[in-house]
Amino acid sequence: MIHPIPPGTRDILPEEMRELRRLHLALVEVFEGRGYGEVATPAIEYDEVLARGDGRTAASAYRFFDESGDLLALRSEMTVPIARLAASRYADAKLPLRLCYLANAFRAVQPQRGQMREFSQAGVELIGAPAPAGTVEIVEILEAALDAAGLDRAVIGLGDADLYRQLLTELEVEGEARDAILARLATHDLVGLEAELSRAGIGDEQVRTCVALSQLRGGREVLDQARSLGGKAVERATARLGETYKALEERGVADRVQVDLGLLRDLGYYSGAILEVYDPALGHVLGGGGRYDKLLKRFGVDLPAAGFALYLERVHVAQMEEESRREGAS
Amino acid sequence: MSVEVAGTAGAKPDGPLKLAVPRGALLGGTLDALDAAGVDTAAVRGGSRALIFPDGEITLVTMRPSDVPTYVEAGAADVGITGKDVLLEQSDRMVYELLDLGYGRCHMVLAGRKGDGRLGESQRRLGMMRIATKYPRIAERHFESTGRQIETIEVKGSVELAPLIGLADGIVDLVATGRTLEENDLEVREEIVECTARFVANRVAHKLRADEIDGLTARLREATAQ
Repeated sequence: MIHPIPPGTRDILPEEMRELRRLHLALVEVFEGRGYGEVATPAIEYDEVLARGDGRTAASAYRFFDESGDLLALRSEMTVPIARLAASRYADAKLPLRLCYLANAFRAVQPQRGQMREFSQAGVELIGAPAPAGTVEIVEILEAALDAAGLDRAVIGLGDADLYRQLLTELEVEGEARDAILARLATHDLVGLEAELSRAGIGDEQVRTCVALSQLRGGREVLDQARSLGGKAVERATARLGETYKALEERGVADRVQVDLGLLRDLGYYSGAILEVYDPALGHVLGGGGRYDKLLKRFGVDLPAAGFALYLERVHVAQMEEESRREGAS
Repeated sequence: MSVEVAGTAGAKPDGPLKLAVPRGALLGGTLDALDAAGVDTAAVRGGSRALIFPDGEITLVTMRPSDVPTYVEAGAADVGITGKDVLLEQSDRMVYELLDLGYGRCHMVLAGRKGDGRLGESQRRLGMMRIATKYPRIAERHFESTGRQIETIEVKGSVELAPLIGLADGIVDLVATGRTLEENDLEVREEIVECTARFVANRVAHKLRADEIDGLTARLREATAQ
């Protein structure tokens, strides 16, 4: 007899579990080897606490009342719970604080789209280490994690979360127009972006600059191309990115990093450097992260921080695809 | 924007660039634009029933326009061409819209029977209009944003039939020349949005195959610029 489970959830049977376990171990070994202690937090938190981290986008899709009438929520990611944990349990700890996790999180799904309602994330959080050194450390671990997973072709996109916010402030685009433009940038709707920018009345040249900027991605040369488009906000963002990129080069880990001025993460707490991970074997993003220098302050400790998370199931699929590709090639 | 975790179905931005080509009304314009952009489309024009046409650097894959966002989002096709109507109706599909190709111009409209006051009367007396459409999300968004309520009736075939035999008060549909409306004694009451063909890309392919995709975008922009 078949007893259904909700769409977007799944059972994992021994054969897959063995492979996932190997992947888990390989990743945690990389994290622990670099001094990141593994932590676990409850899957259920107070809704109020999660919303403090990011009320707009990371709000939980699953909320319910407990026996005393308090509103609880299932976590939708791990950065906010770890920010909460760091502020409550490590308020006076020696910095920087290095933590890693391997945890399930929960998000809403659209019907018939094959989206996961429950999924696992493996990631690290580095709290109390400012840019660029902290960012570089995160990128280095991310690369080591991808290597440990056998994804040697994976690429890390490096962008700047503040670029367009500052650029729009510089162009004096406020209110609804600003939100509309940022929304188009986030979904990468260039046709709509151009229309919204024109509507904001900032002049044709500035419109072209913004659109062109969002298309710049590649190696170091991208920073010069961006700088030639001008403006103080661009100057500041490219300076931040340039500094990070240079530090990555010095550490010899810049080869797999793609500078991407069109990158925008959809979680609202990022500021400064942001990251995304791609592998040629998969059409979906494998993970992401970045700096969240203002998040901890919402929990009462003003500390710079950065981290990343990999979607474990997707990394597993990419791993399988890469393995069969290598077997096909040999 | 909500954060979603899509499934893990394998799709690969490896090998030749795969371009999803819409069959149907947009096919002619699409093949002309591709030819002008230096992509060989002779094999597709040959009237073959095949669905996949490898051509060196670019593989053309033909499909229904409404399937294009599905294939491109998953990365099964790296880039594709489809109508803005399809993208609006499937606005939850995460694809990058890179270029307005300008052809395939038509309008999403609200239409009702000629000289018939039923749309207004239903709105006034029942507080709600019954609208038949193949584009339920576009219709709902339009009426919601203009502060009106509708009962959406989704149909798959000739939507013009619905108001003629009393299934609905009006229709929301895509109109190119207006001849079908005319022949069925219907008239445009409201313009909702203008739609043209758009060039879209998979998110990962856009990052990892930047040069190929930027090159093709530039060629298409030049080929379709009027």
